[in-house]
Amino acid sequence: MENDKLVIAGHEFNSRFILGSGKYSMKLIEAAVKDAGAEMITLSVRRANTKEHENILDYIPKNVTLLPNTSGARNADEAVRIARLARELGCGNFVKIEIMRDTKYLLPDNSETIKATETLAKEGFAVLPYMYPDLNAARDLVSAGAAAVMPLASPIGSNKGLATKDFIQILIDEIDLPIIVDAGIGRPSQACEAMEMGCAAVMANTALATAGDLPLMAAAFKQAIEAGRKAYLARPGRVLTRGGSSSDPLTGFLRD
Amino acid sequence: MENQFFVDSETLSEKALEKKHRLENDPSVRADFTKYMEGMEVIESDVCDNVMSHMESYDYSKYTALDVEAALRHENCTIEDFKALLSPAAEPFLEQMAQKARLETAKHFGNTVYLFTPLYIANYCENYCVYCGFNCYNQIKRMKLSIEQIEHEMKVIADSGMEEILILTGESRAQSDVHYIGEACKLARKYFRMVGLEVYPVNTEEYKYLHKCGADYVTVFQETYDKTKYETLHLLGHKRVWRYRFDTQERALRGGMRGVAFSALLGLSDFRKDALASALHVYFLQRKFPQAEMSLSCPRLRPIINNDKISPLDVHEKQLCQILCAYRIFLPYVGITVSTRESAEFRNGIVKIAATKVSAGVSTGIGDHESKYTGKQEGECGDEQFEINDTRSLEKMYGDITGEGLQPVLNDYLYV
Repeated sequence: MENDKLVIAGHEFNSRFILGSGKYSMKLIEAAVKDAGAEMITLSVRRANTKEHENILDYIPKNVTLLPNTSGARNADEAVRIARLARELGCGNFVKIEIMRDTKYLLPDNSETIKATETLAKEGFAVLPYMYPDLNAARDLVSAGAAAVMPLASPIGSNKGLATKDFIQILIDEIDLPIIVDAGIGRPSQACEAMEMGCAAVMANTALATAGDLPLMAAAFKQAIEAGRKAYLARPGRVLTRGGSSSDPLTGFLRD
Repeated sequence: MENQFFVDSETLSEKALEKKHRLENDPSVRADFTKYMEGMEVIESDVCDNVMSHMESYDYSKYTALDVEAALRHENCTIEDFKALLSPAAEPFLEQMAQKARLETAKHFGNTVYLFTPLYIANYCENYCVYCGFNCYNQIKRMKLSIEQIEHEMKVIADSGMEEILILTGESRAQSDVHYIGEACKLARKYFRMVGLEVYPVNTEEYKYLHKCGADYVTVFQETYDKTKYETLHLLGHKRVWRYRFDTQERALRGGMRGVAFSALLGLSDFRKDALASALHVYFLQRKFPQAEMSLSCPRLRPIINNDKISPLDVHEKQLCQILCAYRIFLPYVGITVSTRESAEFRNGIVKIAATKVSAGVSTGIGDHESKYTGKQEGECGDEQFEINDTRSLEKMYGDITGEGLQPVLNDYLYV
């Protein structure tokens, strides 16, 4: 367990909780870092595009890795421009691609995301694309140079949990990059389940931001993610694994 | 005809007065409001027919408490559910509606409240809209800011900390042409992060131009979706053409704008039907332009200079709250703006339930920001469009919102 690090584009992280960017407040960032142990925080570039009062950039602790996202982009070109701006703002080389052509459900556009990933990976970014869990699209993202793949669990902000569970499982089984579940995780139990399945990390925001007691919920997420990760590493016993197996070997009759 | 709106100015010439009275009393002398005027672009769109067929067949008296309860139970609010929530039968359920609306707002917007301020750069107007302070027969001080004056106003506003601006004019192409508005947008891009426009409706190509100049959001109020009533309120000018106005948001989106805003002026006609049509206008256009950002406002009639009798009639705060909750439940993803037409108390309450955007540091006059912000009297000013109710400055608003446990946001936008 001690050497169980999350590695993305050569960077090591001890924490497998990533704070999303949807609903910010200083209290949320504090709870995510202190109580949930987050070492990576998503930053909406458009939200950091502010002059004064509370610029989110000023409140993110220095030891936390920034994951600027391209929210607001409606196509690959816009995402690329926002990513470059993030780099100019001093947000580092990580970028989370978010491209939405839908303001109602905020579902990501996989094909535009693949295009943006390819361009930005070539420019040296560590690209973490937010995507709808589709195996073919995920394979294209790998070929395009993604550093991880971030499938959605259910529509963003919905707190509906792993609505796309079976398809995320396929990505875990088939894609040789960290699979980070992004969007839709509403409860610690859902985060735990994702980790148990073999996800590399979980991103959440609304679940914490709308909790009655922020620090307590943050701590609950931390424990849930750790529990899920341990369960995954412990290799679940037969009743827990997919498919199951009988207790007496079916092939016990074979003699030579 | 009994009318709270008609007021004669003493300074109008006899001839002008005669024309005004004829327009008011004799529908046959008014221009045909169904005919496009010269230069107005006609677009093919089914949105209007969809909205109007729902509105015309909407009989809100047929909905019962059972329909309202069912609507509140449903996870996804259908058009039928929305109609029930707007009906008088839903009035006793206002608290439950508010609870549900608050949940939806939190899911989509968290606890954030966006702040912006309007900047009126001219109040010349060629329309005779009987309820509006800028109407061409109303004797007010007219003014159009020069480019230098606009920049000065913008500096004053930007210094207050504001990052989003909404540029407004009266509706006069002759006095405030598209190029003039474009120049204002270019300046605004220097001082603000987000630039919205609330000017007279223009054609797709003109929206393309204004977008290039830096504007990204277009607001146009339909005032009322009730065509028959509309005709009796907008007696003169290009605004008479109801359908051209209706298709404005679609033209703006075709012209490349990121977002559009909609509204009926509640109190002009049957407010329940107008609220239904406003929301369905958003709903059907969103299906056509799923990438566009959309928002709704909910202004009620306010007193204007020379006529303090104008009021929102039967739209009391309770009804307004009902409409806003119904909007939120039906369209959880749209922005909802509440202007300074409403009181500070109402705005403090409604941002906790459904509203996501409020104005602050507001003046609806021309060129008076410096005197309003600093008390320093300087130069000529133009008169206001209507009397505002909530006069809080940005600083005060920011503090009040924070005090309510919400998070004020000055900008969440990038021009790309």
